[in-house]
Amino acid sequence: MSRLRAGDLVFNWVTFAAALTVLILLGGVIISLIYGSIPAFQTFGLGFVTTQSWNPVTEKFGALAPIYGTVVTSIIALLIAVPVGLGIAIFLTELCPPWLKRPIGVAIELLAGIPSIIYGIWGLFVFAPFFQTTIQPALIGLFGNVPGLSSVFAGPPYGIGVLTAGIILAIMVLPFITSITRDVFDTVPPVLKEATYGLGCTTAEVVTKVVLPFSRVGVIGGIMLGLGRALGETMAVTFVIGNAHKISASILAPGTTISASIANEFTEAVGELYTSSLIALGLILFIITFIVLAAARIMLARMNVKAGN
Amino acid sequence: MATLGNSAVSSPTAQALYKKRRRGNGILLSLSFAATIFGLAWLVLILAALVWQGFSGLSLAIFTEMTPPPGEAGGLLNAIVGSLIMTIAGVLIGTPIGILAGTYMAEYGRHNQLTNIVRFINDILLAAPSIVIGLFVYEVVVAPMGHFSAFAGALALAILVIPVVVRTTEDMLNLVPNTLREASAALGLPRAVMIRQVAYRAAMSGIVTGVLLAIARVSGETAPLLFTALNNQFFSTNPNAPMSSLPVTIFQFALSPYPEWQKLAWTGALLITFTVLALNIVARTFLSPRTSK
Repeated sequence: MSRLRAGDLVFNWVTFAAALTVLILLGGVIISLIYGSIPAFQTFGLGFVTTQSWNPVTEKFGALAPIYGTVVTSIIALLIAVPVGLGIAIFLTELCPPWLKRPIGVAIELLAGIPSIIYGIWGLFVFAPFFQTTIQPALIGLFGNVPGLSSVFAGPPYGIGVLTAGIILAIMVLPFITSITRDVFDTVPPVLKEATYGLGCTTAEVVTKVVLPFSRVGVIGGIMLGLGRALGETMAVTFVIGNAHKISASILAPGTTISASIANEFTEAVGELYTSSLIALGLILFIITFIVLAAARIMLARMNVKAGN
Repeated sequence: MATLGNSAVSSPTAQALYKKRRRGNGILLSLSFAATIFGLAWLVLILAALVWQGFSGLSLAIFTEMTPPPGEAGGLLNAIVGSLIMTIAGVLIGTPIGILAGTYMAEYGRHNQLTNIVRFINDILLAAPSIVIGLFVYEVVVAPMGHFSAFAGALALAILVIPVVVRTTEDMLNLVPNTLREASAALGLPRAVMIRQVAYRAAMSGIVTGVLLAIARVSGETAPLLFTALNNQFFSTNPNAPMSSLPVTIFQFALSPYPEWQKLAWTGALLITFTVLALNIVARTFLSPRTSK
């Protein structure tokens, strides 16, 4: 009996230690990134995040271009993925015949299962050439003479570039936004929808006047979770963004993101300062994604409380 | 409905409003239908491209020959074996920690604050950029050891396995009915025995699902391997040396200027994608309708 009780205690402690491991991992990640980025911040100070130059030869490093690229590609991704994701979620919850719900839901989630590198190789060899020959010339022709937009869609069609990366990212975050939005839509009490239909409202009115307002917080949470994914996505972006450490007004021009810079340059980085600057980029990325993901989680948790589970 | 509608829309303005509402409804519904087609189209396009580009490269040589130098024929044997070794090692390290942590959260600390914190942190780790995990392992393993190694690669993958397994284990244990726990407590079983003999058994299919999903997730991971396991042109089973893996080989070969290498990259991509999708589908069927939402 005492042997059993001792075993009980040991098992309790082992599981407790494992739970703590999760916390230690996150702490370890943060501490190691801070430690590794000390030389960079010591050398460049806060100027590291506000300067654009990235020159391994003269050892002058600034993070502005990758930060800019990360933010712009993520914004493009959300601009495309949010309306499409909402549309699919509306289709799945309000329109889809029941027998089609599961296959379509699984197919969309399979998009999330495809590894990042596959999006990369597909983007580079299939999508970018098509984009270069078909879509980009059309965009340049369409917006070339519109003031303001002409500089956004300027330059020769390279195929690869910031816009291409944004579109690929949009496909990658689409399943996350779709599945969470659909889950949040499902928390809307059916009786609310039935009552609105009973008043003679159309499906569109039920969605815009009841479902969306009710699930607003959760939908925003889902979008932010998608944003978190887009910010940190590495391999797909590395293939198609062009890896140029410069900020261009045109979204057709090559650029870079934080994760793409690290993936491309880390193993070739010689010297402590270069390595440290790349780790500092990693720290910045981690802080940004941490804030976004934490906000997403808090919003989704609030939604769960509202739904009572 | 028709008679009601007719009496309600007698005046011309009401008639116009009714038409406008119907039009709005039609537009929203067609847009959401179009969005679904748009979303599904990408899946079809990507899979079709993979089969189109990669299928012709599939041959026995892929599984029996090493990655070749530029311009020569070869296979992906060392990359496949390297991927298998590091994935298996990563899963073997990560799974027990994940299951035990999930067990604590569902069985011992279901209502305490620590569980809430661990769950929150775990969700962050689940979605954290994998390249950051690579940097972490570089800092704590590769840099002190002074060289890249398969061990570091496996460790990076293990860190990606843990949050997936924690999440599913906790969820699945929470679904186990409390009456089962009470019944075994009434029999006088100690808690640890109850968890291992009763709760684990009841949650088995869910936990297996979590492990399968974790394998699916890490088997395509590239970023954390780039500067932990690096790559190796040769066959190696030495955990203390750089090791080749399929994703990193694809990365290197796809960005190379050599057509033979690009061809191998496509074939490797086909292999990975169908492995990962098969794992996903198996995991979903494992997850019986009882527990799937």
